[in-house]
Formats: sequence, structure tokens, C-alpha cells
Amino acid sequence: MLAALDQGYADPRRLHGPGRNARLILDNARAAVAEALGVRADEVTFTSSGTDAVHRGLLGLHRARARVGDAIVHTAVEHSSVLHAAAWVPGEHRSVPVDAVGRVRVEDVVAAAGVGPTAVVAVQSANHEVGTTQPVAEVAARLDGTPLFVDACASAGRTPLPEGWSAAAASAHKWGGPAGVGVLLVRKGARWISPFPRDDRVDERASGFENVPAALAAAAALQAVVAERAETGARQARLVERVRAAVTAIPDTDVVGDPVDRLPHLVTFSFLYVDGEALVHALDRRGFGVASGSACTASTLEPSHVLAAMGALTHGNLRLSLTRDATDADVEAFLAVLPAAVSEIRADVGL
Amino acid sequence: MTAPALELDCRGLLCPLPIIELGRHLTDVSVGELLAVVTTDAAARHDVPAWCRMRGQEYVGEDTAADGAPRFVVRRLS
Repeated sequence: MLAALDQGYADPRRLHGPGRNARLILDNARAAVAEALGVRADEVTFTSSGTDAVHRGLLGLHRARARVGDAIVHTAVEHSSVLHAAAWVPGEHRSVPVDAVGRVRVEDVVAAAGVGPTAVVAVQSANHEVGTTQPVAEVAARLDGTPLFVDACASAGRTPLPEGWSAAAASAHKWGGPAGVGVLLVRKGARWISPFPRDDRVDERASGFENVPAALAAAAALQAVVAERAETGARQARLVERVRAAVTAIPDTDVVGDPVDRLPHLVTFSFLYVDGEALVHALDRRGFGVASGSACTASTLEPSHVLAAMGALTHGNLRLSLTRDATDADVEAFLAVLPAAVSEIRADVGL
Repeated sequence: MTAPALELDCRGLLCPLPIIELGRHLTDVSVGELLAVVTTDAAARHDVPAWCRMRGQEYVGEDTAADGAPRFVVRRLS
């Protein structure tokens, strides 16, 4: 990594020695990411973030289908970057509802895509808030030529990429790499046209000067995560199982998401009558950093659209994301303080 | 919709306060009677039905109060 900072500072597009070094490092990073994700190197583009990769992936497929239609079909529980990208272009948006665990039905996606001319269908690999996996390959097999965009930011590195996408997006910080690096995948042969101003880069799907050292760090982190994911995933799945069982024992708790077909490291639950912001702060004071999808914790003051689409309780929500080195002891320590933190907040309101 | 036995004015209260009020006042109505909460809080549209599911009560539906504020109606089942 330090060597990459020394050797990879130059613009990889330049022909001078430092530029060629940077190009070599970038190509190595691209090859490593491709191998780890099981794709071709020429399908990999480094972007400035996962969000940027989502925007380019979805909108590039959309633009390339302009002659067919401009409608976008997406699940109701896509990441906000997908929803905002869809809202940014003209055209009809058909949102496909999910069931109580947050999963779309293949038939519903296919039916929505068949309502009229459809430019692109977006189905996430797994939900970023509740961990539920989506039937991506099954949808892809039934789409009959309509390109599929897969937001794989929540799962990339942790679980294999699903099959059947024309473009996909991933985010390095989600697998433990640096922030500021996203990965756009465009399947060889898929029609994709940049939705943004063109740039004269080595890689036509990128804009601007790639952060070469960070791309290398992202690739190294991805390789490490993929190499140990069988063991890490199994341990995390067992810990999440333990958390779900313990949290279910707390009265008036909604444990959210599919208990089995889910990401290994993520678990989400909501406590009735509890202020999500107060609970996040109470746990932070006890040394635990957790996220929340409750309205009071959002800049928009709107509850999580994912929880809302599932019919889950949106207030008092906690999202626990296990780090790859989280131990049994860490989880037990969390579970030792959680019930009291919840009951103290409930006691404050007399419930 | 028949008039609720009790209507809780939760205008201006943010989540989870409208649901807390619902929990506090459920037993103020008899089993079988309707209890309504009037609130402009965006989360209530999702959380009143979720509360009913979790607490074993019946979600009757949404209408509007005289001033146009959303009103969510539940029936006490137990």
C-alpha cells in the first residue's frame, strides 16, 4: 500500500515512467478485483464510490436502451442511490413490492417489466438494511432480453455475485476497503452508453483520474475478504443467529428480514415504543456503534423506505453490522447491555 | 367508519410518540371499540399497522380528521 502511494501517484493515462507505473498498478488492481469477483478484467471499472458505480451502471444501461423505452422497473427496497438515479431520468418507474421479509417475487418483477417497453430492471443482490437476498438469477432468466442492473454493494466480497446481470455495482468500503472506491461491472457485450459527459480515459466507462493507490488497496482487501469468506461468513451467520434469538426474547420486538436466506453479517430489529436515536446514543455510550433506519435518525426525517415496504416497525430500529473480526465475546457483551438500554428508554415513557 | 370511542390528538408529535400514546391509551376504550390517532408524523402510516400486528389489535384504516390531518384507526381486540 505504501509502495502504491510511492509508485502509483501519477496519471495512468500518461506515457512517462511514473504514468506507466500507475497504469500497471491500476491494471493489477483491476485484474485482482476481476478474479475475486469472478468476472473479466475488461468488465471492471473503478469509480469514485459505490453510489457513482450505481448511477453509471443503471443509467448507462438505461441510456443504451433509449430506442426501446425509458421505463425503469426496480424493487421497492433498492438502495436510495438506485431510486435517486431512476428519478433523475425521465420515464416511468415501476416499483415492485416486497413481502414481509423484504424479498420480491420473481413473477412480480417479470410482470412489471412486461407492462410496457422497459429500458432496464434493477434488483439488488441482497438488501443493505435487512440482509435479505433477492432472486436475481431467477429474475434474469425470465427477463427475455431486458437488461438487469444489480446493486451488489451490500454483498460483494461476502457472497458470490449472482448470475444474469448486464451491469452491477460494488463499493470497496463495504468489504473493508477504503472509502472513495467503487466498482462498476459491465458485462462483455452488454449495451452501455455513458449517461454522463464522456471523458477520454483509458477506460471509457470511467470519468477523471482514478485513485490508483486506493484502487489497489480495495483490490487487496477484496482478495483477503474473498479468501476467508467461507469461514468468516459461517462465523458471522452463527453470531447473527445468536443475536436474533436473544433479541426475540426482548418483549415487543420486531426482528426484521429473512432468518435464513440473508447476508451473513447483518441483522436488523425494531423495538416498540423506543426512540431509535436515543437507543443509538445509549449504545454508543456503552461502546457499540450501530445504525438505525428510524425517521428520527435520518436527515430527511422520513422512516426507512425498506422497513416501510416490508410493513416492519420503523421506529426503535437498530441495524447491527458485524465486523469480520467480531467475536462471540463482542456479541455477548452487546447482548448483555441491549435489554437494559431498551427497557430504560421504555421506562422513561412509562411503557 | 363509525366514530371512534377515543381520538388521540398527536399532531406535531414525532415518532415514536404517536405510537407511545396509542400504547398508553388502548385500555381507555373497551374491547371491540375504536381508537384513533391523529398525527402528521410520517412514520405513523407504517407504524400504526405494525403496532397492531405486534400487539394483536386490528388496524381498521386511515382517513382524515376535520382539518385534513391523517387519522389512523384501530380496533381494540384484547
